[in-house]
Amino acid sequence: MPNALSRKALKTCGSRFCSMLESHVAETTTHVAEPTRRDFLYIATGAAAVVGGATLVWPFVQSLAPDAATVAAGAPVEVDLTPIAEGQIVKVFWRGKLIFIRHRTAEEIKAAEDVNVASLRDPQPDSARVKEGKAQWLIVYGNCTHLGCVPLGQQGEYHGWFCPCHGSVFDTSGRVRGGPAPINLPIPPYTFASDTKIIIGQEATA
Amino acid sequence: MSQHPTTYVPKSAFGKWFESRLPLAGLIHSSFIAFPVPRNLTYFWTFGAILAFMLVAQIVTGVFLAMYYTPNAAMAFQSVEHIMRDVEFGWLLRYLHANGASMFFVAVYVHIFRNFYYGSYKAPREVLYILGVIIFLLMMATAFMGYVLPWGQMSFWGATVITNLFSAIPVVGDTIVSYLWGGYSVGNPTLNRFFSLHYLLPFMIAGVVALHIWALHVPGQNNPTGIPIKSGKDAVPFTPYATIKDIFAVVVFMLFFAYWVFYMPNYLGHADNYIPANPAVTPAHIVPEWYFLPFYAILRAIPDKLGGVIAMGAAIVIWCFMPWLDTSKVRSTAYRPLYKQFFWLFVVVCFLLGWLGSRPAEGWYVIASQICTAYYFAHFLIVLPVLGFVERPLPLPNSILESVMGVQKVGAGVPAGANAEPSSKG
Amino acid sequence: MMKRTLLIAAAVLGLSAPAFAAGETPVPPQLKWSFQGPFGTFDRAQLQRGFKVYREVCSSCHGLSYVAFRNLSQPGGPEFSEAQVKALAAEYKIQDGPNEAGDMFERPGRPADHFPAPFPNENAAASANGGKAPPDLSLMPKARTYERGFPWFVTDVFRQYSENGADYLVALLHGYEEAPAGFQVPEGGHYNHYFPGHVIAMPKPLSDGQVEYPKNEAGQPQAPETVEQYAKDVTAFLTWTAEPHLEARKRLGFQVMLFLLVLSGLLYFTKKKVWAKVGGEVEGHATPPMTHNP
Repeated sequence: MPNALSRKALKTCGSRFCSMLESHVAETTTHVAEPTRRDFLYIATGAAAVVGGATLVWPFVQSLAPDAATVAAGAPVEVDLTPIAEGQIVKVFWRGKLIFIRHRTAEEIKAAEDVNVASLRDPQPDSARVKEGKAQWLIVYGNCTHLGCVPLGQQGEYHGWFCPCHGSVFDTSGRVRGGPAPINLPIPPYTFASDTKIIIGQEATA
Repeated sequence: MSQHPTTYVPKSAFGKWFESRLPLAGLIHSSFIAFPVPRNLTYFWTFGAILAFMLVAQIVTGVFLAMYYTPNAAMAFQSVEHIMRDVEFGWLLRYLHANGASMFFVAVYVHIFRNFYYGSYKAPREVLYILGVIIFLLMMATAFMGYVLPWGQMSFWGATVITNLFSAIPVVGDTIVSYLWGGYSVGNPTLNRFFSLHYLLPFMIAGVVALHIWALHVPGQNNPTGIPIKSGKDAVPFTPYATIKDIFAVVVFMLFFAYWVFYMPNYLGHADNYIPANPAVTPAHIVPEWYFLPFYAILRAIPDKLGGVIAMGAAIVIWCFMPWLDTSKVRSTAYRPLYKQFFWLFVVVCFLLGWLGSRPAEGWYVIASQICTAYYFAHFLIVLPVLGFVERPLPLPNSILESVMGVQKVGAGVPAGANAEPSSKG
Repeated sequence: MMKRTLLIAAAVLGLSAPAFAAGETPVPPQLKWSFQGPFGTFDRAQLQRGFKVYREVCSSCHGLSYVAFRNLSQPGGPEFSEAQVKALAAEYKIQDGPNEAGDMFERPGRPADHFPAPFPNENAAASANGGKAPPDLSLMPKARTYERGFPWFVTDVFRQYSENGADYLVALLHGYEEAPAGFQVPEGGHYNHYFPGHVIAMPKPLSDGQVEYPKNEAGQPQAPETVEQYAKDVTAFLTWTAEPHLEARKRLGFQVMLFLLVLSGLLYFTKKKVWAKVGGEVEGHATPPMTHNP
């Protein structure tokens, strides 16, 4: 058992000379697998530790997501349109976001439709921003697309909205017509449950 | 030994540039890589690393919990339930944090009793040791205030009982208590300030831990023989030898920790704390968390309000005087046959006090608590000073290496370069 | 000195046993639960039956305030369908508001709503129930327990016995009996074998056949319609309301333990390899006295 003996000798051996000796022993005894096995152990341990550490991060990151109560509270909301008079803008909230419901007058609708769409910064015809046959109801998110301030209704050059923060101007279709805002006020998902009731947060199912 | 000027030389140009301005890498290298560690340390010496891990774990889970917790008397209980039910992995974060407190104390008690057994508190490590006592006191304060935060019955009544301890102080006691409360009883202002302090103190602990480690690196670690490192043969470099051992121990400790978190998450708590705080009803018997029980038993053993409070405080403060109360020249209890018996007797008494602290304060329990309390103090005030004079310690080995390898081997085949071995591999 | 302390210790331990025996409150029997042990899961049918018991019996006095209707369809619970939950929620009237006129109003419940409390506030609950407000049940099995005593509190850790609250509740629910001769039950109180002090404000809530259980194919109820079964089912349901992520917890726990075992095994061998470079690990100290001259 010379092999076992030399290995035992190695056990009590820590100098550089010994590690040289070790590789020598490894070669001469055709134990090529020996260093490989050691490397494998280090790699496996390191890999397991890295995988474990990375997995440990997961629940912490995941805990930052909207929690179940918040998600449940974000269910669609119903809004009754009957109390909203012509020319009036009503503010409602869905998922904590401000939404304008604007009951447009005939002139306001006309002003919104009589626009050369191609000349707009964010070209969109008025018909694409309201539901078919419900042109009097404009429903848009109530935060300026520039940096999120709340624009003032019935103000500005086009009597749509005017943002007091940085001077963005929107028309009666909620489209950007001036100032720094890059795009039109976006339209939230909503559907008409009846002529006088909308459900915000729910798209019409065709 | 006491000073190890770093031999670290940065390799890259940026490394050199940075090192000449802030020698951080050199500090890390000399403290956690090249630092000589006695080669005969047992697993009892891994609890420092385990405690460092627990402190980080508590801070991280706590920071995430604080994102959902509401420190308001009307909403605190509900916000904890919200974390448990609705927040993604909220139950895991909370159970990790709540059981983590217990695990922290398990580890710190092992650490403390290791220090008692091997005489680590003796010169030249007195400052290191007293910093440790300060950390323990900060831990107790943090844990106590943390337990108040869920605002359950035990939170509320625990806070009431413990803050009322301060009313025992003559003259100014009542004023102090009302300042602690921010009112005329434990209420919303109390909860709010406890949350603030519970968030602050862990960072103070981290600061004192830094000092504790600094103070450790001046004299170096004690070891099971209690005799200092005399030559390079007695030591190995911290990395990789102590590092890998510490990591292994931390992972094994995580296994223990995980068992509680996933299978017995409420065992170490109190059922009463799942009942919202109610100032009109006191739970049948108020018991602190298990890690406070021995001190609670000492508090109740003294049939006098002020006396009980003083005894409880003294039970910890007395630790600070151990380096001077212990008159023995020998550090390690391994070479102190008589003290060894008293040490284990002391351990038994501490366990007994813990158990008695969980019992109602009546009948035999009170008498047993009083006997144990008396012995607890006698251990420090009588046993430690007297034994140093009467005990005949066993002969000490000449070196660490001789102790662990046996004398014959020291003379023969042990490599000369054990310490000089470069840390070539991870 | 040591002997004396040990004697005292023994005396203290010995004395504690009769103290428990004289503690008057009997120990509830330990039951078999589907959710106990490291792989425990809830029995969906049992949770659904338990919910029926809660709804038809308990809910008239006891709230379930931390539970939302939506929870009833989440994984790991009774797992009602979302449509069932929606319909169930709509049967409840939930107070909402204020509306534009500043008035509170009632509307049908939605899955996101929590179970409405049976009384508008604590005082109303107390005055309607002889001065003692019926406690909320959401956390009951975690909020109740019974004294285990030495050495059982140690063995419980290894057995993973954490159903003491559930066992106590079942025992309590069928612990109503005639007060023994000479025991004075105060007015408004009821004698219960398992309640600490034996006098409980709640009258016997369950009786055989009180709640109709769903029928199986043979037309028989899927579980016996007895007080014992009702008590078990409603307790199982409440165990879920107290710990809605119990299944996820135990499942994740097994994965974590397995991973940590593998990692600690790998680390152990890695550590051995590392230390082999300096002649292997040597720990502690030789058993004294040292032999200086071998």
